[in-house]
Amino acid sequence: MTASVERVLPAGPATSARHPLFIATGSVVAAGTMLMFGMLAVWFKFRDASPLRVGKNGKMIHDWLPADLKIPEVATNTLAITMVIAAIMGQWAVYSAKRKDSQHTTLALFITGMVGVAAINAQVAIYKQMGTVLADGAYQTMFYAITGTMLFLLCTGVAFSLVAAFRVLGGRVTDRAVVTAHAMYWYFLTTAFTAMWFVLYVQK
Amino acid sequence: MTTVNLPSSVGVEATVNSGSLGAVGTWLTTTDHKRIGRLFIGTAALWLLAFVGVGVLLGFERIDSKAFTLNEGMMTQLFAASKTLATYGVMIPLMLGLAIALVPTQVGSRALMFARNAMLGYCLWAIGSSLVVASLLANGGPGGGEAKMVDLYLLGLALLIVGVLAASVSVIATVISARTAGTDLADVSTFSWSALIGATSLVLTLPVTLGTLIYVAVDHHYTRIAFGGNVGISKWLGWSMTQPQTFLYIIPAVGILAELAPVVARKAQPLRGGVFVGIGLISVALLGSVTQNVHGLAWTGTIVDKAKSFVPYALFNLLPILGIVVVLGLALIALKSDSIKMISPFIPAFLGGGMILTAMLGNAVQLISSANLSGTVFEEGVLIYISYGSVLVAWAGVAYWGPTLWGRMLPAKAVVGIGALGFIGTVLAALPMLIAGFADQQSDSVKDFDYSGPAKLWNGVSTIGHALFALCVIVGIAAAIKSFATGERVSGNPWVDGGAQ
Repeated sequence: MTASVERVLPAGPATSARHPLFIATGSVVAAGTMLMFGMLAVWFKFRDASPLRVGKNGKMIHDWLPADLKIPEVATNTLAITMVIAAIMGQWAVYSAKRKDSQHTTLALFITGMVGVAAINAQVAIYKQMGTVLADGAYQTMFYAITGTMLFLLCTGVAFSLVAAFRVLGGRVTDRAVVTAHAMYWYFLTTAFTAMWFVLYVQK
Repeated sequence: MTTVNLPSSVGVEATVNSGSLGAVGTWLTTTDHKRIGRLFIGTAALWLLAFVGVGVLLGFERIDSKAFTLNEGMMTQLFAASKTLATYGVMIPLMLGLAIALVPTQVGSRALMFARNAMLGYCLWAIGSSLVVASLLANGGPGGGEAKMVDLYLLGLALLIVGVLAASVSVIATVISARTAGTDLADVSTFSWSALIGATSLVLTLPVTLGTLIYVAVDHHYTRIAFGGNVGISKWLGWSMTQPQTFLYIIPAVGILAELAPVVARKAQPLRGGVFVGIGLISVALLGSVTQNVHGLAWTGTIVDKAKSFVPYALFNLLPILGIVVVLGLALIALKSDSIKMISPFIPAFLGGGMILTAMLGNAVQLISSANLSGTVFEEGVLIYISYGSVLVAWAGVAYWGPTLWGRMLPAKAVVGIGALGFIGTVLAALPMLIAGFADQQSDSVKDFDYSGPAKLWNGVSTIGHALFALCVIVGIAAAIKSFATGERVSGNPWVDGGAQ
């Protein structure tokens, strides 16, 4: 019995997972991308199926955006720029974390979160300025469904920023995985929003 | 990376409580991947019982197309229940449960990555699927008459999809990032590879369902003008409960079959990379399903028209068949060995794999427009083949990995007997539907089909098949509970070391 115990090899070192948070966030980003682009695809389907009417410049256009509905372009364009700023702030957090600069990392993460809150505020302002309600028609239903989904994703982004910021604030300065994953998530949010902005607010 | 994922043992020790309430709490807060996997498998077994029960009821109603015992609203809900349970209640959770339970062990990880996330996924899936079943019972599924219950159905479906996605992310992260140091992705077991491909396919397709579901739910709750209200649910979400999307749900089943063949052959799998490619080919179906269109074959018009029709048809429906043929072919090559020693789980795995291949072939035939099978029960037959086939393979998986998950063996006779009986039940339940499909018996209906053929015979035989399969499920669950609670204890790998059969 003793001899057999002696022959047993010692346990190997515990496996160290390689960037699991980055991989998991990447999977979430892939899922989110499919979610938003899937919704945009259905949007295209409905827009293409809508009847044609004469537009303001005399050209034939799809009668999809109701004629009496105005898109507040200043607010929507400001929102698009805000999202780009959020992504840049996220990358600034990564840059600072690489240099073990906890002050700037925390600041960048909090700014990202605040910019996210500003984006949410801008979306709500757009709802108010448009002055339309969900039950007004097919366009309105789909508009609120897709922008509402984006709004939810933005809220998760803000929550992610706060969690990451408090982790750094709590002393986990060398833990770059969360900050990197956070930046990736905000890149996704910016990309998804930009696509939605172009389709809903530019192409209309 | 400092995210702490407690290893199985730590999670269990930390939550040991006395009494039944403590035991429930231990299970519901567990981070042990084996327990999470077993929770998925166990709950899926309950839905499997409901699914086969629905099959028996519908079959019974179809025997005589003029006499009914259930009202029409209930019939609509039963058809919806059949598809919803087959996909989201049985196929996905069975395969996902096995993956969660086994993948960490297979890749050499102490724990599942983000185990709490996977547990949250289980809870969301369990709550969501319960809401779906409750709403179906209250006339709230697709086409249901109770508007609030239809909302509940859509909410339940959304919850369970989010749950499945959460659990899938954990599987992906485990296979990619938690492998033993020095092992390449090409070195993982075929089941782990199939779990990775299957989970990735879910992550890439289910969000598309979720996006459409959000539209449908908002529309149904507020306006009911854009997406057709309760009737439009099947039109917009039906693709996620039929072929080729279902091919993605059973990818891990193909991995189980590929994993067992070399064990039977007692030699390394020849052309192992080919098996990986075959499993990957099945996932090509995701490109077809996310377009939310049927890619049928219309062999008419000019050569350009034919090519336009054939290319997407072949890409999304024939390539997955090529994938499973490659896996089965390589499994058969592995079995060309002098040292073959049959093990009991291989029988249901092989039979189930055959059923899945039959389903894929059936789907390819169904999509040929000149066959005129669209809207017939042929499609139901295909769904029965693939769902019951995947259950047979999952049964094989539970039997094969029982010693790993429970530390006990299932009796070989029970494994083979239930597997063989389940195979007969599957063929009896599905094949008559394929034949009746050629006779133009319409799908999702139990009445007013009248065609020149023995309609009662086909529907009667199908009902017997469902009943036989239901019997197998009941006996299988009973045998599993008994064996895994009081059966023969084993340690190590009994299929290789202990000479288990």
